[in-house]
Amino acid sequence: MVQDLGREGQAHLGVSPSGAADRSALRLANRLVGNPEDAAAIECVLGGLMVTASAMHWVAVTGAPTDVLVNGTRVGSHASLPLHPGSTLAIEAPREGLRSYLAVRGGVQVAPTLGSRSTDVLSGLGPEPLAPGTELPVGAPLQPLPDTDLAPVERPRTTLAVLPGPRRDWFTDDAWRTLLTTDWQVSSESNRVAVRLVGGQLERSTPEELPSEAMVRGAIQVPSSGLPLIFGPDHPVTGGYPVIAVLTERDADHAGQLRPGGTVRFVLARERLPGSPGHR
Amino acid sequence: MSRRLLPYGERGLLLECEDLTETIGVLRALQRLDLDEVTEMVPGARTIFLRSAQPLSPQRRRELLELEPMSPAGGSAAEVEIGVHYDGADLTDVAELVGLTGDEVIAAHTGQAWTVGFCGFAPGFGYLHGENSTLRVPRRAHPRTSVPAGSVGLADVWSGIYPRRGPGGWQLIGHTTRSLWDLDRTPPALLQPGTVVRFVAHGG
Repeated sequence: MVQDLGREGQAHLGVSPSGAADRSALRLANRLVGNPEDAAAIECVLGGLMVTASAMHWVAVTGAPTDVLVNGTRVGSHASLPLHPGSTLAIEAPREGLRSYLAVRGGVQVAPTLGSRSTDVLSGLGPEPLAPGTELPVGAPLQPLPDTDLAPVERPRTTLAVLPGPRRDWFTDDAWRTLLTTDWQVSSESNRVAVRLVGGQLERSTPEELPSEAMVRGAIQVPSSGLPLIFGPDHPVTGGYPVIAVLTERDADHAGQLRPGGTVRFVLARERLPGSPGHR
Repeated sequence: MSRRLLPYGERGLLLECEDLTETIGVLRALQRLDLDEVTEMVPGARTIFLRSAQPLSPQRRRELLELEPMSPAGGSAAEVEIGVHYDGADLTDVAELVGLTGDEVIAAHTGQAWTVGFCGFAPGFGYLHGENSTLRVPRRAHPRTSVPAGSVGLADVWSGIYPRRGPGGWQLIGHTTRSLWDLDRTPPALLQPGTVVRFVAHGG
């Protein structure tokens, strides 16, 4: 489906931020083809994408390590490459990780909704998911191609850094330990709304009901089942279940690469305060 | 005052207030202040989520904890009148639950001002808080898989209108033909936090 960096600042109207599940992969793909980082690109899950160029286009594929084929020949991912008119590019299913991003120089120029070209699977806002035969308009390039046409392939990470969430105290110390010591399994019920995990129950310290409060991408929420979930870009903007922990911004991107059937662990993030050594 | 600031990710804070009334008042005050470093504010039933690019200064944090709630000065709160056909499938059930006749339920709904506390659940869905607890009812035991767009409902302390067809567990007392969510309108949402709503019964 088409994704950019989403619809910011409209959560107070009930609009989810949406956007790429792995934002840094989208940004990189755009940089490789000389686009603004927030240009719209194509996000696909477990490969399976095949596109044909109807004109000359520069493209780049980033995200999960995978094979990219142009007219049947293997080419590199994480590199910008020319696609001649009539050429076909195919993204194979990745060996690890989940999502790939195909950026085209000039950006995918479908009509925006509320300032974004992202498809929100929860509310239905944005373009329809792509189907065979869909034609995507491409815009004009705004910037020169970068000098670097290659980027390192980053392996998906399965140990993700968390900070204590706003409702950490709604859970027992045992629950916190369980969160940080369990090899959580990623359920097949996961999608852009949430990555659902199994492998342990997180015990509440209070039976209170939570008055609805804001939810964020990367929040680890614990519904009544006791099984945690990680909110993705299409998360509901408010929720009535407590958030025990929140992923760092960078590791929320890695959550966008968690595969159903795969494993994830959580580790407490080291505090990085602006201006202190080690702060990026 | 038991207001608290809770951590919420690398760039977020959750300002927890005493109750919904204080939350709405503090939100108004924050909107008036229009803090440069706060890039997003998302209210909840008793909280306001604040996003900032950098952690807020200790001074700013203190200000948030001490900020006086603002009540809507005359005419400054957006007021919306919404016409309702009170023909909802659950009107009789609601009447039984609150010990009133159907007409009295309608009169209780139209007779009080409802304020949008926050939005969530779906684009344009506002959680409306009334002036009294006459119409406090539980959610349906079995949610419906398909509630028509424009359905007017009640649940807990809230009233609300479904902007579009979808699943829902609220008690339905009527429907409106008013558009709650229109992408061709600016802003697309009819209801925003702080908006005051008055329901008007349409005959028939």
